[in-house]
Amino acid sequence: MKIRSTFLLAATLLATPLAASAADDADLRALRDEVARLRESYEIRIAALEKRLIQAEARAHSAETGATSAETPAATPTAAPAGANAFNPNVSLILSGTYGNLSRDPAAYGITGFHLPNAVLGDIAPRRGFSLGESELGLSANVDQLFYGAMNFSIHPDNTVSTEEAFIQTTALPQGLTLKAGRYFSGIGYANEQHAHTWDFVDQPLAYQAFLGGQFNNDGVQLRWLAPTDSFLEVGAELGRGANYPGTERNRNGAGAGAIFAHLGGDAGISHSWRAGLSLLATAPRDRQWDDVNTAGAAVSNSFSGSSRVWIADGVWKWAPNGNGQVTNFKLQGEYLRRVEDGSLSYNLNGVLPATGSYAATQSGWYVQGIYQFAPYWRLGLRTERLDSGTVDYGSNNFVLARPDYAPSRNSLMLDFNPSEFSRLRLQYAQDKSLRGVTDNEIFLQYQMSLGAHGAHRF
Amino acid sequence: MSHRSITSLLALALGMLALPACAALNILACEPEWGALAQQLGGDKVTIYQATNAFQDPHHVQAKPSLLARARNADMVVCTGAQLEIGWLPILLQQAGNPKIQAGQPGNFEAAQFVRRLEVPTSVDRSLGDVHPGGNPHIQTDPRNIGLVAEALARRLADIDPANRAYYQANAKAFAERWNAAVRNWETEAAPLRGMNIVVHHKAFVYLENWLGLREVATLEPRPGVEPTGAHLSEVLAQLQRQPARAVIRAAYSDGRGSEWLAERAKIPALVLPFTVGGSDRAKDLFGLFDDTVQKLLSAAR
Repeated sequence: MKIRSTFLLAATLLATPLAASAADDADLRALRDEVARLRESYEIRIAALEKRLIQAEARAHSAETGATSAETPAATPTAAPAGANAFNPNVSLILSGTYGNLSRDPAAYGITGFHLPNAVLGDIAPRRGFSLGESELGLSANVDQLFYGAMNFSIHPDNTVSTEEAFIQTTALPQGLTLKAGRYFSGIGYANEQHAHTWDFVDQPLAYQAFLGGQFNNDGVQLRWLAPTDSFLEVGAELGRGANYPGTERNRNGAGAGAIFAHLGGDAGISHSWRAGLSLLATAPRDRQWDDVNTAGAAVSNSFSGSSRVWIADGVWKWAPNGNGQVTNFKLQGEYLRRVEDGSLSYNLNGVLPATGSYAATQSGWYVQGIYQFAPYWRLGLRTERLDSGTVDYGSNNFVLARPDYAPSRNSLMLDFNPSEFSRLRLQYAQDKSLRGVTDNEIFLQYQMSLGAHGAHRF
Repeated sequence: MSHRSITSLLALALGMLALPACAALNILACEPEWGALAQQLGGDKVTIYQATNAFQDPHHVQAKPSLLARARNADMVVCTGAQLEIGWLPILLQQAGNPKIQAGQPGNFEAAQFVRRLEVPTSVDRSLGDVHPGGNPHIQTDPRNIGLVAEALARRLADIDPANRAYYQANAKAFAERWNAAVRNWETEAAPLRGMNIVVHHKAFVYLENWLGLREVATLEPRPGVEPTGAHLSEVLAQLQRQPARAVIRAAYSDGRGSEWLAERAKIPALVLPFTVGGSDRAKDLFGLFDDTVQKLLSAAR
């Protein structure tokens, strides 16, 4: 058994190479044929490819004769971020800081004759020493084919964070229409829509501070219409909550603020361009409070309810030689604000004797500023401004509250250095006579830097 | 106010609002070269408004009210793209209330998409100056790019205005023939420029250099978009002692002080190239633009 199986195994082992050598010739022939067929088929395919390549080259060649390096019309794909974050919104970060040297204590800051709530005073009062300026974080992107969205957080010197803007805006409405909803800077005036990092001075004009609390933003809707004309004509209307000064929080249905505005603009030759506008903001404050002093010198608390209307006439004119502002350019900007308030005033002396009477006030103010870039990177600016405390009628409270007759004013001079589009260092000197009998000499140093997405600025 | 003056005011207001009574395609051209090209291809079927002229730096234009008004009425914007107009075009698109010209729509034409862009950075950082993530945007300094853009623009015009498709195609064909012949001529004329060393004010000529084989040995701007400084100019001057250049060139809109300073000390000519249509007396159209550019460069080579 054992011997037989060994023999069989040996026979098999021996038989295999024998069989192989017998089949050798036929197999090799088959293999050679196979390789030849493969080579033939590849050669045919390569030839076809080469032919197509030559044809493609010929086409490209005839399209732009002689072109060599510019021959590939395909766009070079830019290094676009791949994956989920490809759709991340544009991020822009504004960093700002100031140093203030004031000759007066800002705790006593106020604007004589203009009744500002404490919260507004806290916002607009200058600060001494080092402080963080308005640093902003902005996110923006197209939502889809119909909407654009943007949000702006602002970090204030007192370490509070507010949402300056958070809105959606249409991009696909026809006929020059744009609808915006959410929180946004109202389109009234010229300076109102501009973010702090595009201001030409450290602070907003006095008139903006006195009548709008610096800058008026609103929660609501805005509709703008751009006329189909060759010269610029834009009109807009807003309805909103009106919770911010000069309005107040109201806890009611309907709108607490309405605004309409119209802007005209155009060019005068190549070197000049301009824009002028007229706006009206109407709010309905309820119980807007401020601290005051009565004729006897006692501290009182007043509150106003009624209607507040702010009219603004604004104009800006820009000059750049040949429209090229790289070396020198000049900007002249001015606005006139007039506020008419009508309603009732509740006079409150330590809570003991609340007396409600009528209230009617018409007050106004203006500023004019010029910014001159005298050399690349260097700009010099001068702003002069004045408020008129106007006529204030306290009705039955006229005998306890003094009617103001003072014209607050301020003059500011600034010099800024802009090493690039993205950075700015500023020195500002102001002589501030907002308070009667007080002259505050203010010196500010400021930096403003912008990081991230390249911002596009309004005119 | 009298009844009559009210009526005349109303008439004036209505007159201002009246639509322009022409059916031509309204095109807002961000730069003069694209305005000239659109005019070549569109002929009397288009009305062109030039947003900028040759003496304005297209990086630094403002979103002026006049531009907003034109953007609102435009059927098409023709721009370079590659972020050249990033400081102002987004505002126009956002505020114009015009869906036709929004990004991604046929009415939003970006020329840089149709050419091979140079100097596409692999990483970007603002410390390097005003760099463009999409590559150098000054594509119009190579006429072969103009040819490529012309082809794409003619197709786009036909897409937007299909009624005149044949007209645009015929214009494009005629233009391509003339243009290709002109390019061959310029190339023959410019043969002596191959390998010529030049200094540039701004990195605005890479496509021109690539086309004609010019060698850029230095830039006057220490970093893109940063004006020349005294220290940097001195460095460039010292460099030119070791590595001489034949000319210092700048665009018509660039401030001339840096290149004049260098030209005087290095004893080389300071050339103001038209850079775009309208940038010199001879650059009246696209053909004149390159006639003049090549001639000016040749004058320095001799």
